[in-house]
Amino acid sequence: MIKFLIKGLLRDSHRSRFPIIIVSLGVFLTVLVQCWLTGILGDMIDFNARFSTGHVKVMSRAYAENIDQLPNDLALMGIDSVLTELKTQYPGMVWARRIQFGGLIDIPDEQGETRSQGPAFGMAVDLLTDKSEIERLNIEMAIVRGQIPTNKKELLLSDVFAQKLEVVPGQQVTILSSTMYGSMAMHNFTLAGTVEFGVAAMDRGAVIIDISDAQEMLDMPDTAGEILGFFGDGKYDDLRAKALATGFNQVNINNPDEFAPTMRRLREQNDLDSMMQYVESMKGVALTVFILAMSLVLWNAGLLGGLRRYTEIGIRLAMGEHKGRVYRSMIYESVFVGFSGWILGSIIGLAAAYVLQEKGFDLSEQMKNTSMMLPAVYRANVTQSAYFVGLIPGLFSTVLGTLLSGIGIYKRQTASLFKELEA
Amino acid sequence: MHNSTIINITNLVKRFPIGGGQFTALDDINLTFEKGEFTGVIGPSGSGKTTLLNIIGSLDTPSEGDAIVLGQSIAQLSQKQAANLRNHNLGFIFQTYNLLPVYSTFENVEYPLLLLKMPVNERKKAVMEALDWVGLTDKTNSKPAQLSGGECQRVAIARAMVKHPKIVLADEPTANLDAENSHHILQTMENLNQELQTTFIFSTHDDKVIKYLRRQIKLDDGKVASDNLIEEGVVQ
Repeated sequence: MIKFLIKGLLRDSHRSRFPIIIVSLGVFLTVLVQCWLTGILGDMIDFNARFSTGHVKVMSRAYAENIDQLPNDLALMGIDSVLTELKTQYPGMVWARRIQFGGLIDIPDEQGETRSQGPAFGMAVDLLTDKSEIERLNIEMAIVRGQIPTNKKELLLSDVFAQKLEVVPGQQVTILSSTMYGSMAMHNFTLAGTVEFGVAAMDRGAVIIDISDAQEMLDMPDTAGEILGFFGDGKYDDLRAKALATGFNQVNINNPDEFAPTMRRLREQNDLDSMMQYVESMKGVALTVFILAMSLVLWNAGLLGGLRRYTEIGIRLAMGEHKGRVYRSMIYESVFVGFSGWILGSIIGLAAAYVLQEKGFDLSEQMKNTSMMLPAVYRANVTQSAYFVGLIPGLFSTVLGTLLSGIGIYKRQTASLFKELEA
Repeated sequence: MHNSTIINITNLVKRFPIGGGQFTALDDINLTFEKGEFTGVIGPSGSGKTTLLNIIGSLDTPSEGDAIVLGQSIAQLSQKQAANLRNHNLGFIFQTYNLLPVYSTFENVEYPLLLLKMPVNERKKAVMEALDWVGLTDKTNSKPAQLSGGECQRVAIARAMVKHPKIVLADEPTANLDAENSHHILQTMENLNQELQTTFIFSTHDDKVIKYLRRQIKLDDGKVASDNLIEEGVVQ
């Protein structure tokens, strides 16, 4: 009998192929949307961590309080000893010094007079002694022309900015800024290369120099604005970050020195907490609405699938098959359809999400005028939950639809079903 | 009640709720059917023919009175017992054939035997025998869509007869067939009735069927208007 029913199921495309296609489609969309939304949130976190906030950031208290102004006069001093202490205390973390500064880029002509000029956002990272920052900022991939600085007094400019200033690698570039003590800083550099990060805020006018050059230029020996900390596995974990920051700050809780170091986790910086809360709740709402909508569609498909089989069910009952048995066989069939649809939809959805994870979706055109530090290429993120998210609309809703339509059949008078045979 | 009585209907009433009131489809029916009858319940549409067949076939229950079919009270049967009665003892033939479209002729006829859990060899033999009765042994692998209306109805007869039921209930079996096919079908059923002593009860208002009947029960507004035995064209 089971063989007989399976034969019917496989032969009747309305009972097997079409429902499986519909369920697969629903599961595919659910998986893709889930991966996509997770990816967007993950990209935002990762991008901010790498470029700006770290997973945690150590600063002086005063600097932290005025961080929006990038107040290098309040920078953290004695960072060598702070770094040594951090590395000893948190061996699983990776630490990186950064200085952010504002300034003016001046391009001299052959006579040494200003040929072109423009305001720049400066970032000083370790380019010469530790390659991890180059990897973290993905500078190698971002190079458009020239190369990564290999010597002191070399810098990188954003490509758009360099084009605007009409400067090419190898030419001289002057940075005008102010030291941490407020006096004027003016240093000459050689343009080693141009970069494009795909971030409008940076690509408009960024200059990247080695941290030792910045310390020299800004009169900040053994000083840095920020020390960024990253978890060893590269993934931000807010609970771990919170525990880390709380533990670190507890030590200096009674220290009144405004230059004492303080640690802030990623979510406490750049208004990311409210933004992430917003994105997370939007993700939750969008995903819930989507799963609910897909569930309704597939529930309906299951319901209609059951209803269109009134004739067959009527015949089977008339032949003497028990109602319970007919009902059970319908449920088994819907489990088969739901399960097959879930597997197939998940495979396709995960494959598509994987492609989106690798290739990403380039929104640079749409984001070229934004001043926020947001990535221009958004990627999906295939997480463990993506393997199971399709179960809700795929399997549960399909079976639920059949259960409900089956109850209708179960409760119906046999004679009514029988009469419908003649309809 | 006679020894060979297989259906005994007493004071049968069937009412259906319609709007706020009730419609009486069958009103105080008293009938008996003997083994091997070839009987038709005739009458215009709405006279209660199909309702009577549904109750005999344990597809519906009486509002009052009872129908004792093969010793079992239809009014008292549970869903499961009713299904068992249909499974073992009753065959159905429908106006629109109602074959399962995705299954072959062989599989459609085989289906009732699967419900009876008959061993595979016996099953094959029984199916081929039933197809032989209706002259369709050469169409075992054909799907219903590949058969003519007459052939479909012959498959339906084979499906109804394959388990050797004691009673076959046929609701307007020739309504969708032309004259030639109708006669062929009726001859087949008549032969089976005589060969296997199966009781056939028809619901019909088709003259082609009425000609073959050996007993005619005429229903009018849910009541038995007449009940006549017919011998070689003579109404008794």
